Amino acid sequence: MRKYILLRAFYSLITLWLLVTIIFGMVRLTGDPIQMKGEVGADTVYLEELKKRWGLDRAFHQQYVGFIGNLLRGDFGHSFEKSLPVRDIYFERLPNSLKLGFAAFVISIVLGVPLGMLSAVKINSWWDNAGKMVALLGLSMPGFFVGMVLIIIFGVELRWLPVLGKGRSAFVGSDPSTWVAFWFRDWSHLVMPAFALGWYFSGAMLRITRSGMLDVLGSDYIKLVRLKGVPERMVVAKHALKNSMIPVLTFAGLNLLIMVNVAVVIEVIFNWPGVGQLLYDGLSNRDFPMVQGVVLMSGLMIVVLNFTIDVLYGYVDPRIRLSR
Amino acid sequence: MATIPVRATPIGGVSRVARRGYRIVADVPSIPLSMLAILAFVAIFAPVIAPHGKLMPVKPTPEQCQAKFGMANCPYIDNVPPFWATGGTVETPLGTDFLGRDVLSRLMYGARISLVVALTGTLFAGVIGTLLGVLAGYLGKWWDQVIMRVTDAWLTLPSLVFAILLSSVRGPGLWNVVLILALVFWSRYSRAVRGEVLALRERDFVKLAEINGIGKLTIIFHHLVPNVMNTVMVLFSLQVGVAVIIEASLSFLGVGVPPPEPSWGLMMAQERDSLMDGKWWLAVFPGIGITMLVLSANMLGDWLRVRLDPQLRNR
Repeated sequence: MRKYILLRAFYSLITLWLLVTIIFGMVRLTGDPIQMKGEVGADTVYLEELKKRWGLDRAFHQQYVGFIGNLLRGDFGHSFEKSLPVRDIYFERLPNSLKLGFAAFVISIVLGVPLGMLSAVKINSWWDNAGKMVALLGLSMPGFFVGMVLIIIFGVELRWLPVLGKGRSAFVGSDPSTWVAFWFRDWSHLVMPAFALGWYFSGAMLRITRSGMLDVLGSDYIKLVRLKGVPERMVVAKHALKNSMIPVLTFAGLNLLIMVNVAVVIEVIFNWPGVGQLLYDGLSNRDFPMVQGVVLMSGLMIVVLNFTIDVLYGYVDPRIRLSR
Repeated sequence: MATIPVRATPIGGVSRVARRGYRIVADVPSIPLSMLAILAFVAIFAPVIAPHGKLMPVKPTPEQCQAKFGMANCPYIDNVPPFWATGGTVETPLGTDFLGRDVLSRLMYGARISLVVALTGTLFAGVIGTLLGVLAGYLGKWWDQVIMRVTDAWLTLPSLVFAILLSSVRGPGLWNVVLILALVFWSRYSRAVRGEVLALRERDFVKLAEINGIGKLTIIFHHLVPNVMNTVMVLFSLQVGVAVIIEASLSFLGVGVPPPEPSWGLMMAQERDSLMDGKWWLAVFPGIGITMLVLSANMLGDWLRVRLDPQLRNR
């Protein structure tokens, strides 16, 4: 087991290093951050100074070594706009994104999993067709469109829900009293953005649940249980449910992190102050270090999660542990 | 006495061909194909069928100016509602936007942008990804290790996040979006194609070709690439939908197709403020366009996937 974990950790490190290298390389090959920062006709002295400040005047390999060195020290660069380390700004915003991500995650599971189950159990029935339609619409309607429609209906026409911001509750790291209260306050602000974000993923959850359930229902041990005369309801609820949940939960865990990271457009529409909005601010202010920092953080989070999932799988399933 | 059996006349003849043809036609998914056909038609013939231009405001009649501004002459009338609402005219069936431009015409030109960007971006991604996947799968060893490690690292980042990073150094622009889509999406292909090639490599026709001394390049392009085309086509149709959404998102964030071009995502972003004034149509129509396009691409992709993979047919 230890060998397996070490091997997975080694692979994760390689992935992380490659990811960092790709980001470094792509950014320098496809464009010039300086050109993006300076408008047309900007002062050349100013541009030179910018270049020096970001270390872009040095040789390519020196830049690379410096970049990796900074990352290893936990330095994700300095925001140009806010004159603060990207890391500090990021962690201040992260709780908001996590809150939105969790709510969307719950919505995607509540919408996706039961309907996926029903579709699989009553395959080719009316339920199955309804499930297929929901999944298709979920994957085809962009979240920001859903968000706008929600704003029109519940925010503007009915005036039931607030359309902007996250409410007054804030997560303050130094104040423990906010730690719990933060998660349970201002739900009215959360409903629409969470639904708009969770919508897309509920379609994906539905499909995963359905195919996972179908796999399990077709397996030999379920056939045996049926042969023994166990009622169908018990077959599904007791024997099939647990095993079919393994891929669903893995996928859900990955989805949660992806939701935290790709909520950019939703956060912009609802003015939700999460990390996605940092990305947007970075884009509109031409604050390249900010953009790069947020992207690096999301890459890091996902690599760590993938590693965790691999290790958990190794514990659960000896076949995986011993395969390599 | 042995009789030579008279050869039975073929049953059916023309009608059999017709029946077979009908079976193929009946199997084709008509809803997504017709939706795509309409969108493609609108996109191709936008300059001919669009009632107004895409960039210039609609010239109002003196009566309209009189009613709205109390003057006989005005350059344009903004935010005209669609024809069924009070104040709407058939002249501009879906109303006008904040600069008095015709929404319907801009939607038609917008279909052009979405289709061109998504199709070319996905196509480039498909070519790069397929080639790398075939190389990794067929050549094996170091090629495989290097290409697949890079592919895995590439797949780690969510596509939207990666696209935003690239657009932050590339800036807005139609061909920049195409480049970004190609750079982001190739890894999806190489992953799937490599798996296919690993199985194909062991098949007899490849082995025989190798024994006959046929060069690696010929084997790759004559024997391997045609055989992975099914997988590539399925992926392509599914990726087009994602590409449309990414393009719309980038344009929405202001780093995709730059104004004044009528990209659907950009149109939605520009009308965020009028949303709050109850002018819902400005944001909803482009959204419907995006949904129609992505929905039909996804339906077609699902159909292809089931069609080309017999194991999935009963799923």
